[in-house]
Amino acid sequence: MTDAYVVGIDMIRFGRFPDRSVPNLGAEAALMALDDCGLRIQDMQAFYCGNLGQANRMVGQRILKEIGQTGIPVVNVSNACATGATAFREAWISVRADLYDLVLAVGVEQMGKGLLGGPGGSRGIPKEGLLGSGTMPAVFAEAGMEHSRKHGTTFEQFAKISVKNHHHSTMNPKAMYQVETPLDTVMNSEMISYPNTKLMCSVNVDGSAAAVLASERKVRELGLMDRAVRIRASVMTSDPWQERDLVMPDVNTCTRNAASDAYEMAGVGPRDLDLVELHDCFATAEMLHYENLGLCSDGEAGRLIDEGEVELGGRVPVNVSGGLLSKGHPLGATGIANIHEVSTHLREEAGVRQVEGARIGLTHVIGLGSCCGVHILEKAA
Amino acid sequence: MSNRPLPAADYLVVPDEGDPYLQGSRCSECDAVFLGDRAVCGRCGGRGTMRTERLSDRGILYSYSIVHRSFPGIVVPFVSAVVDLDGGGTVKGNLVDVIPTPEAVVFDMPVQVVYRDALGRLDSAGKRYLAFFFTPLPETS
Repeated sequence: MTDAYVVGIDMIRFGRFPDRSVPNLGAEAALMALDDCGLRIQDMQAFYCGNLGQANRMVGQRILKEIGQTGIPVVNVSNACATGATAFREAWISVRADLYDLVLAVGVEQMGKGLLGGPGGSRGIPKEGLLGSGTMPAVFAEAGMEHSRKHGTTFEQFAKISVKNHHHSTMNPKAMYQVETPLDTVMNSEMISYPNTKLMCSVNVDGSAAAVLASERKVRELGLMDRAVRIRASVMTSDPWQERDLVMPDVNTCTRNAASDAYEMAGVGPRDLDLVELHDCFATAEMLHYENLGLCSDGEAGRLIDEGEVELGGRVPVNVSGGLLSKGHPLGATGIANIHEVSTHLREEAGVRQVEGARIGLTHVIGLGSCCGVHILEKAA
Repeated sequence: MSNRPLPAADYLVVPDEGDPYLQGSRCSECDAVFLGDRAVCGRCGGRGTMRTERLSDRGILYSYSIVHRSFPGIVVPFVSAVVDLDGGGTVKGNLVDVIPTPEAVVFDMPVQVVYRDALGRLDSAGKRYLAFFFTPLPETS
């Protein structure tokens, strides 16, 4: 089986583009990724397109109508907030299976403002605020409070995660926001769903990210190994049964399973990671994933943020891009944007936020419902 | 036609006579408990193993969030509570009769399931609904 590599990858600066279409946003990232490796759409043998909001509207084909209808197979995928990672992984599978040597993966999303989550129930009366809350801030608050219950994690510790990620984003020109948010600002911003304040919720933005994947022989043939990123592991899991998961979606077990499979596939451990981009859809979520990904042992997550181990310059910097909290979270694009961030560090092209000497990084996304995608990436040259 | 309110959840039973209750099902193979009726066990995949049972009206607070912003028209703040019922089953609902602050909401606090009108919400046909809520129980020693 051939190894698969990322040879071209890029993302647009996340923001709000109400006057543009979803395919138009996706097309921009696709062209950027192609330009990044000096290839053309005619070189691509297959295309995997991730989008959630228009999942039934052939977004991939509409992207090709903007950048070149070459007639290649297009697969449109939708997998909640793991949509982009799923498209990327399908591309990876096709290369690993020796079906293709060069494939394109795009993640794209256009979002409105406001709360995500359903009012609950399609018939009768609305259930929101009657049978608890189904909003995403509340769901992830409840998941965070489970950590508080077990380990005494405090509101302040959750808030520190947001301080860190907003700080990181000030160094990322592609982030939606580039604003410092000190601890008291985070803790005193509007309370959405305790313990998540507004600044502890990810930003709903429009965005797109794209990657060109290649087989090892193609990378060598094209002379692209210098900036190539080797995909050491690509894993996807769904949520195994848990006693509370009918009312409390479990984002922990599927992450633990995916991480453990990914470390095994890559032949590395969490101690080998130079940086991590993980799914901080809410500050409470990031706390859980320090332990789920094995960055520390159970019960140590609060200490990790208190002692700065997950900041840029710390032992294992997490979400140096600014994360979903500040870079923004265009659902379908997030999984590839995370891979873009890690790849940028492995290529030593991250500018002032560069993690020095980065050789191995991990990306993680969660789609509630649930699925988890984990990728481990390594500097190829 | 009966004036009985309709249940606000599939797993809430409002009988013709007697008190409302929460209904679950338990797998006779692996003991997993689910809300409402179901044909196949989601834990072990067992078929023909699900047994309907009446769930307890008491439990403990497992986790929660205090919701200060919700969808338009929803009255806030309220406590969204995840409750482990005695004997099995986990349900989510509003914890009421408590001040919605982190100081007043305590993990493991014992709660009683109570059945009340669904906050005046009516469906498009103007029908009333019955919902369940949690109220704090005094600590028993």
